[in-house]
Amino acid sequence: MTRDLDLLLPSPHPVELIDPTGQTVAEATRELPDDAALLRAFAGLTTARRINDQASALARQGRLAVYPSSHGQEACQVAAAQVLTDDDWLFPTYRDTAAVVMRGVDVAEAFLPLQGAWHSGYDPHEHKTAPQATPLATQLLHAVGVAHAARLRGEPTVALALCGDGATSEGDFHEALNFAAVFRAPVVFLVQNNQYAISVPLARQSVAPSLAHKGIGYGVPGERVDGNDVAALLAVLGTAMARARAGEGPQLVEAHTYRMQPHTNADDSRRYRKDDEVAGWAERDPLARLETWLRQHDLLDDARLAAVTADADQLAARMRTELAGDATPEPAELFAHVYATPTPQLVEQAAVVADELSREDAHR
Amino acid sequence: MTSTATTGHEKLTMAQALNRALRESMAADDSVVVFGEDVGALGGVFRITDGLTAEFGDTRCFDTPLAESGIVGMAVGMAMNGMRPVVEMQFDAFAYPAFEQITSHVAKMRNRTRGKVSLPMVIRIPYAGGIGGVEHHCDSSEAYYAHTPGLHVVTPANAADAHRLLRAAIASPDPVVFMEPKKLYWTKEEVDLGAELPGIGRAMIRREGTDATLIAYGPSVPVALEAAEVAAQEGRSLQVVDLRSIVPFDDETVCAAVRSTGRAVVVAEAPGFASVASEIVARVTERCFHSLAAPVRRAVGFDIPFPAPKLEHVQLPGVDRVLDAVDDLQWDLS
Ligand SMILES: Cc1ncc(C[n+]2csc(CCOP(=O)(O)OP(=O)(O)O)c2C)c(N)n1
Ligand SMILES: [Mg+2]
Repeated sequence: MTRDLDLLLPSPHPVELIDPTGQTVAEATRELPDDAALLRAFAGLTTARRINDQASALARQGRLAVYPSSHGQEACQVAAAQVLTDDDWLFPTYRDTAAVVMRGVDVAEAFLPLQGAWHSGYDPHEHKTAPQATPLATQLLHAVGVAHAARLRGEPTVALALCGDGATSEGDFHEALNFAAVFRAPVVFLVQNNQYAISVPLARQSVAPSLAHKGIGYGVPGERVDGNDVAALLAVLGTAMARARAGEGPQLVEAHTYRMQPHTNADDSRRYRKDDEVAGWAERDPLARLETWLRQHDLLDDARLAAVTADADQLAARMRTELAGDATPEPAELFAHVYATPTPQLVEQAAVVADELSREDAHR
Repeated sequence: MTSTATTGHEKLTMAQALNRALRESMAADDSVVVFGEDVGALGGVFRITDGLTAEFGDTRCFDTPLAESGIVGMAVGMAMNGMRPVVEMQFDAFAYPAFEQITSHVAKMRNRTRGKVSLPMVIRIPYAGGIGGVEHHCDSSEAYYAHTPGLHVVTPANAADAHRLLRAAIASPDPVVFMEPKKLYWTKEEVDLGAELPGIGRAMIRREGTDATLIAYGPSVPVALEAAEVAAQEGRSLQVVDLRSIVPFDDETVCAAVRSTGRAVVVAEAPGFASVASEIVARVTERCFHSLAAPVRRAVGFDIPFPAPKLEHVQLPGVDRVLDAVDDLQWDLS
């Protein structure tokens, strides 16, 4: 089957429904999500921002081994979680902890790996959320597999797979698009183009007209969206999910956003970008514009804002208590899950560790 | 910016020594080019390439799109066409997308072309644990490369060797996988920048001893030295051999050392099963059997994925695990 190029081409400009000043975009190409969806998104944005800022603070205090903040990218985080049903699967990266929490994973579990646990923290099956992936773009193929299996099994599942702009240069990104297209898998790829891969700017990643255009060669339609406009994200992702669920195949969505903070707390972003570039993006903040819009439409007042903020505060307080502990994980468990049944060698090695540790304790 | 003078003694960290080696090689030979992820403006996540773009321009040291297979594959082509690429893999586990290029092409090109095409290139890989890193940032991946015929595999344990070995690796006509123990990046040491290059393939006795020989490489050398120090206080004299080069393997130095003591323990971070440590035990046993008073033992990592970072101390062989292995060398029988 050959596909009409026009159907694959992303719109010339990123879809935007609420502009950075909080005004409805005239002649928008999509319908605004309903009030309830936008209010829910606003609560989500507020919470996601608090998660980011609290986690960054905990990383500075040494409570987290590392934190890759999604401050500035909260609209993507929130929309990614909000467009999913209980049947759907989320495939997040290391930067998507806020989305994982919005998906329903408890902070105490979601942050375990960042705290220094050796495992993924939560149960992926329980939350239909894959372990956060660090090896770039690898998770995209897993998303295709989950989606394809769901189709074979007659399940209504759609997989939403996240990655960054840098990850689109990896071979696995391209293989995932191609496999998804060939198998017509119900999967949506959301690229959070935050303009940098650590220090490397987008211009060194790709000279394609846009990252959304990368789908064309594989027969995957692309779409571009203002990644700081949660309304646009909900609309575009919602459509893509519905298309996929209806059996119309995969879609690639590129969200234009910005990583407001260093790559992680260990990074020194002054080495590769200027403060005024960051300041420019602060004016496109995803929270501020939705707040303005909601107030103008009498959907938000101070009392409601206070309630939303209180909920976020409560979550932040839980993060402080849950993630403050120095609980050391049980070493014996290191040998329990390498295989379904530990090999004879692992059984021996677990005994060696127990012996080493008991003698260490005796020394104390 | 420091000068690129190649003479004189200086106190340098291993990171600085590696940076110096890159600079000297780039200054000496226009065909040396450095590329990878974040090696330009940022200077690499460990700052090993700090200042190279500023000093030599962005055709000599540059960032690539984010694709390890692409980086190594392009380096193969550049090496085929007169250049000496030195590429950086950001972390051990992030070299895996390049595995096909490394094992199928980097390692085999000379042999496939009966020596007509050589690949003078270096693949630098920060590796192993001990820095509190999270998952995928602490792998000891040396066995994969050492197992692949056609690759030299080198790993320094101090700043001076890092400097000399990297210069030698860049000068080598064959591809070198240059494994940098990241926990030693910040260890300072006096480096003789004018010292003659030892070439690749020679181990070195780091500490003399008469009772048993500890054989270590890269991140495990300081552990072996510390264990020898503790053992000395307990009245046991341990010799320490630093391999420096895994491939080629210095059978001569290692076996002479083991024969002199009659007992040996291999120390390495990697999971012990089918590892470089296994190979060392096999070689020593085959060659020194009649000089051995006890089976050669290993103090190595367990056969589990690296448990970063809260439990990394459980996985990493420390002084106690080394001395436990030494204790097992059948002392009561001699
Ligand atoms: C295969 C692989 N190579 C390198 C890395 C190291 N690394 C971690 S994040 C990162 C940059 C990724 O940039 P991007 O995809 O744009 O995502 P962002 O971090 O901006 O969210 C790099 C190079 C990795 N995790 N995996
Ligand atoms: Mg990015």
